[in-house]
Amino acid sequence: MMDIDHVAALARLKLTDREKEIFSRQVVDIIRYIDKLNELDTSGIEPTAHVLPMKNIFREDEIRASLPRDSALRNAPERDGGFYRVPRIIE
Amino acid sequence: MQYETVIGLEIHAQLSTETKMFCGCPAKFGSEPNTQTCPVCTGMPGVLPVMNKKAVEYVVRTGLALNCNISSYSRFARKNYFYPDLPKGYQISQYELPLCEGGYVEINVDGGGKKIGLTRIHLEEDAGKNIHDGAGSESLVDLNRAGVPLMEIVTEPDIRSPREAVEFMKRLRAVVRCIGVCDGNMEQGSLRCDANISVRPAGQEEFGVKTEIKNMNSFRFVEKALDYEIRRQTAALREGKRIIQETRLWNADRGITESMRSKEEAHDYRYFPEPDLMPVELDGSWLETIRESIPELPHVRRARFISRYHLPEQDADILTADMATAEWFEEAVRLGGDPRVVSNWIRGELARLLNEDNRQMEDCLLKPEYLVDMLKLIDNGTISGKIAKTVFEEMYKTGSAAGDIVKEKGLVQISDEAGIGAVVDEILDEHPEEVKRYRAGEAKLMGFFVGQVMKKTRGKANPKIANELLRKKLG
Repeated sequence: MMDIDHVAALARLKLTDREKEIFSRQVVDIIRYIDKLNELDTSGIEPTAHVLPMKNIFREDEIRASLPRDSALRNAPERDGGFYRVPRIIE
Repeated sequence: MQYETVIGLEIHAQLSTETKMFCGCPAKFGSEPNTQTCPVCTGMPGVLPVMNKKAVEYVVRTGLALNCNISSYSRFARKNYFYPDLPKGYQISQYELPLCEGGYVEINVDGGGKKIGLTRIHLEEDAGKNIHDGAGSESLVDLNRAGVPLMEIVTEPDIRSPREAVEFMKRLRAVVRCIGVCDGNMEQGSLRCDANISVRPAGQEEFGVKTEIKNMNSFRFVEKALDYEIRRQTAALREGKRIIQETRLWNADRGITESMRSKEEAHDYRYFPEPDLMPVELDGSWLETIRESIPELPHVRRARFISRYHLPEQDADILTADMATAEWFEEAVRLGGDPRVVSNWIRGELARLLNEDNRQMEDCLLKPEYLVDMLKLIDNGTISGKIAKTVFEEMYKTGSAAGDIVKEKGLVQISDEAGIGAVVDEILDEHPEEVKRYRAGEAKLMGFFVGQVMKKTRGKANPKIANELLRKKLG
């Protein structure tokens, strides 16, 4: 059985009881659908993390311009001088 | 009951690259907050990370220097957790197939050698920095550090005491500095050390329950924090209590470790292969190029100093603790300085002066050739050994050559018998009482007379001649 509370907590979501019921069912459906892949016989296939035949994609260690601070902070919900301001993390 | 300590370390070393791990932002420490960020390291949608080749090479260089097996095939993974200092919502790290596995660092404890095994070395990105001000209900975030390449070194649980842990850290620091991959600055956080520590009844095979200690940002704090934690755990077990597996922070002001209560819930990182990065494959020729970039390592240099210069082990330890000191020493010896004498000056006066100024050898104004010149001035009798200390300190402060200082300050040793003889006569006249006592057999007063001669000549009298004349005139 799917632990919807755990998944919601990991995603920082607060769900109502009704939402929990709906999402539990939907998530189980999704997993069941993806499980179809397990029907394929992959016994002779080597596991891979990537589908592209590429490796060693690098950049040289060269500095490129950073964003002006005001542009970077424009997306901040709140700012404090040059900092992002967020709810307190450590008690 | 006797308890035995088991320690494993997890070291994070910021790599000395110019730029971050996955973008071209500067990796420099100490800039104005949030001035070194871009869409990649702030986790904007639609951006792609591109790996810094130098960062990969630095980790491999470290792995080679620490006797690791280098993976010919390595890949990256996402470690998922929400934290405001990592705006992507995950950290790019390595999980399966890290760049290096195995390896060891050899340490010296109580005269014997001991190998501390390494589990792995992997490459990841650093997080930003959170500032929690006093009692406020908010935290401030600076993302300059987010995405800076970070090398994580994990040891086996082979360490048995805080001293061994410190010894390991010193060795490791010397290596990463020597091979130029990390500046090793613990106070600024470019070299950080976390420890997993547990105690168990002596003879027991099974490990005790461990705690993780963080926030130990100097060698001294590593030793103190681990000492404290051993006492705390041992006392708890003696009272029949159980150790709780938790993360504890070293509080340097109070000299204790404290449970870190975080709002974070139990971690569930859900690692999976990073789809935005292609695997790294290291072939033989690339590996060879990296191997060739490694200079002589501290322990190799240490052994060479002992065999080639016939130095005691303690001297070799200090001289090879950092590259700049080792190079300074060898340069002075190459210019004709006697190895033992040069070593004594470095370990004595120079170490004292640098320490007083809180300076590193790199910023030392005093050049090796000046020491060698000064040693020649002592050998040919121009200055006394005592005056040499004054000259040395002056060279250290001003960066001037020994000869110039001696001339400028009139420090040339007085070696003519007539000159010293006159001073000796004066002193014998001034101290009839001591002369009487000396002649009555109080031989130790010779030191007093020599001291008076030195005082009068402001240390410039040739002590050998002063001694001879005193003996003759008192005789």
